[in-house]
Amino acid sequence: MTLYAVTGALLVALGLYGLIAARALLRRVVAFNVVGSGVFLMFGALGWHAGQADPVPQALIITGIVVALSASALAVGLVVAHARATGSQVLEDDAR
Amino acid sequence: MTLDLLRALASYVLTGAGLGFYLAGTLGLLRFPDTFSRLHALTKADNLGLGMLALGLAFQAQTWAEVAKLALIWALALLAAGTVAQLVSRSALVRGGR
Amino acid sequence: MAVFDLALCALILLAATAAVAGPGMFRAVVFFVVYGVLIALSWVRLGMPDVALAEAAIGAGLTGILLLGAVGRLARAGADEPEAPRIDWPVALATVAVAALLVWAVLSIAPGPGLAPQVAGMLPRTGVENPVTAVLLNLRAWDTLLESVVLLAALIGLWPLARGGAWLEPAGPLHHALPEGVLAGFGKLLPPVALLVGVYLVWAGASQPGGAFQGGTVLAAAGVLCIMAGLVRAPGMAEPLWRFALLVGPALFLALGVAGLVSGGFLVFPQALAKGIILVIEMFLTLSIAVTLALMVLGPPESGAAQ
Repeated sequence: MTLYAVTGALLVALGLYGLIAARALLRRVVAFNVVGSGVFLMFGALGWHAGQADPVPQALIITGIVVALSASALAVGLVVAHARATGSQVLEDDAR
Repeated sequence: MTLDLLRALASYVLTGAGLGFYLAGTLGLLRFPDTFSRLHALTKADNLGLGMLALGLAFQAQTWAEVAKLALIWALALLAAGTVAQLVSRSALVRGGR
Repeated sequence: MAVFDLALCALILLAATAAVAGPGMFRAVVFFVVYGVLIALSWVRLGMPDVALAEAAIGAGLTGILLLGAVGRLARAGADEPEAPRIDWPVALATVAVAALLVWAVLSIAPGPGLAPQVAGMLPRTGVENPVTAVLLNLRAWDTLLESVVLLAALIGLWPLARGGAWLEPAGPLHHALPEGVLAGFGKLLPPVALLVGVYLVWAGASQPGGAFQGGTVLAAAGVLCIMAGLVRAPGMAEPLWRFALLVGPALFLALGVAGLVSGGFLVFPQALAKGIILVIEMFLTLSIAVTLALMVLGPPESGAAQ
């Protein structure tokens, strides 16, 4: 359904804003996940044909969800290690 | 009144009542002043709302297996909500209540 | 029904905005979990229950635990939260342009027939009745094999971040649940149910919505709960049994794929044996997925020498 595909597109843009403009690193991880699920929503909603859901996008989306979790886990590990090493949640370039 | 009409009526009434309880719980969450009263509103109203929702949906089920699955969902959600409420209240007590 | 769809999409956008741009890190993570559950609901509306199960379990559940644990760890590390975010106008304008571009692209895509007819045609030869499981474990088994290796790679990338360099210690932070408390009771009550539900999801995935990833996630969550409740000690990287559990899924998958060279090609399963092969792969893959996800969510060991 096109409504969900449009919502997915808006979510990608929203997550992109958070990924670039957010200063706290953990918020960037959240924004990355929002971008990911927005892309999945676009992909899945566009694969919906005449009341029947396409199985190939479903399988690829499930794979994508699992990979997004592993990327988030690694990112969170790096953010926590950075915070322990420097004492701050923000990268030095962004601290203004 | 046919059986189907009675089932539909029961579903609508119970689900509507469940939604009413959820609304009351949310209102309590937003308007009560501190953590403990909010937890009180949430646990009482939401658990009752969940029970009514599950019962209303059970009338729409086609087989007894579906009813059993709904009962399992209700039991698990109840257990989780109770545990979480206890943990949140203990942590709020330790922190001095806010 | 259109009213419900509109309301759901509006709620999704509101929750995402609160997660990305709202004040407070804890609040943002809570709204992210709410967002995940709403997305799972939208998958149900789109007629994709397997994806809904995966999103609710992994996207909302495990990612939520991961992020909440991170918020706690950052607070303990003494990292101050930056002040409330103010809107960055140049970036906002750029993302509005991106949004317009994407919406225009979405609205101008002409839908084709899709691959559902082809998959339905091949379904009797794949050995399972659920088309999504058929695609995941037979038609596109290569993607799933690579995905299981990616999970392992992410876990291996996480271990060197152990506190104090002690990467052979038990995973995750020290947990201090009261031994007779509510969490311990919950941890004793839930794992049998979780075991039943997890194994059922894997078994039912052959003909109904479900599958190895959804079942493995339920088992991983039960494992994390047991560790958080203090009932089980978190595994360490040095213990050979856990290393075996991590590797057996991808290794068996790879071995069966190579064995397929005999019957036609890499990862080609002969039709007579397909159901049995897929079942064996799913069993061991679920075990590996459960252990890998649990260890990833717990994080690198933190009981090493304090810095």
